[in-house]
Amino acid sequence: MTTLTHVLPYLVAAWVFLAGCYGLATSRDLIHAVGCLSVCQAATYVLLLAVGYRDGATAPVFSDLAPGSRPVVDPVVQALALTDVVVGATVTALLLALVVQVAKRHGTVDPDELSELRG
Amino acid sequence: MSPRMRLWLVAAGGAGLAALLVAACLDLPRFGGDRHPCGDRAVEASLSRHTANTVASVTFDQRAFDTLGEMSILFAAVLGSVVLLRQTRDEHRARPEPAAVSRPVRRYALLVLPVALLTGLYVVAHGQVSPGGGFQGGVVAATALHLLYLGADYRALERVRPLAPYEAGDALAASAYLVTGLAALLAGSAFLANTLLPYGTFNTLASAGTVPLLNAAIGMEVACAVVVLLAGFLDQAVEIVDEGESGERHDDPGRPGKRERP
Amino acid sequence: MTEAVIVVALLLVGACATAAVAVRDPVRQSLVLAVLGVVLAVLFTVLQAPDVGLSQLAVGSALTPLLLLLTVRKVRRRAQRAPDGPAGRRGREGGP
Repeated sequence: MTTLTHVLPYLVAAWVFLAGCYGLATSRDLIHAVGCLSVCQAATYVLLLAVGYRDGATAPVFSDLAPGSRPVVDPVVQALALTDVVVGATVTALLLALVVQVAKRHGTVDPDELSELRG
Repeated sequence: MSPRMRLWLVAAGGAGLAALLVAACLDLPRFGGDRHPCGDRAVEASLSRHTANTVASVTFDQRAFDTLGEMSILFAAVLGSVVLLRQTRDEHRARPEPAAVSRPVRRYALLVLPVALLTGLYVVAHGQVSPGGGFQGGVVAATALHLLYLGADYRALERVRPLAPYEAGDALAASAYLVTGLAALLAGSAFLANTLLPYGTFNTLASAGTVPLLNAAIGMEVACAVVVLLAGFLDQAVEIVDEGESGERHDDPGRPGKRERP
Repeated sequence: MTEAVIVVALLLVGACATAAVAVRDPVRQSLVLAVLGVVLAVLFTVLQAPDVGLSQLAVGSALTPLLLLLTVRKVRRRAQRAPDGPAGRRGREGGP
């Protein structure tokens, strides 16, 4: 095992987060921006689960595993990621509802045109 | 601010953030390391309360208060979406015509629907013993219901999905979670503490004390929330039209009621 | 062996996320996001987190893309109906 694989998951999480931020900043369409935000969210799940991983361990579920027989990965970070996946989706829905309202009120979903409209 | 200037600002900020993130990554405990003091204690606590799925134990027992917060965010987000997506005065509903669905699609969608629905309910019910739980199962069950839209049409979906009970169910589930927490308080321990019910036999459905109750409440909450959300968006995309676009149902009868690119 | 699978899944996630940002058309983006959801679910399963994988599979590959597509349909239908408003300029993307 090389040093690269020791940090690769963290670096991938950072890359995904930065890519999502870049998309958010340069987006010309609010719907696309919401999609980019969900990419940013995905980065946090990758980071959390990478922190909790343990080499040679198995899932922290003891329905078919005698307790103590094998090391298990960290269940706390999994619980954090798990709730956020679903709650994040409903927040995405709220943002999309806002986009629908913006389209109704202003007739456009381009952020640049929106700031022009405001004057 | 000009787009060019903004791009420079993003580049500068992004480069700074990237440098800090990389520096932080190199300093983190190595990936796959063996030191997880927090996780080890959570597993111990979970086993002492006869919960086979330690993730469910963390979500609905050790960090149940945190889940209450998450649930409130979910509830607030759904409430906000419903308010934002309601029909306004200058809009009206155009009844979508039933659109033709090819036979294989109809057959497979209607075949898969009960299986998917049952899978969702199974995942909710077995949250404390196997991977799964209210959050996942709720989403599966609610999206399964929408196979009816693929297999039949929008009107059929509306018939099996009167919205009012789902909205009520959402609120009911949220209060069920709170009531379970308060019951522990009344019984003489802390809010949401898992002391109300016996822990039961390890690795059976009736184990883990109040975990199955909270799990079921969350499952109902998430399922109702997803149904209500999708209904709001489907209404907007399929049914609700502006005053100016009322000619739609006469213009192109082939299109309404089905999701496809305009 | 597990090591290799994790590395491959991580690289796939990175590639899919980059693609999801680079694709500018929201309809195509929602399809790429669905793929990203599946790849993330695979990564989570490999990282021994079946719970999170399951919820990511349900949410990321079905719910989020569906919501995005429905929003696109609503917004574009409006844009098409009002070609002389400011929205008309977006018609180039929504054309057949």
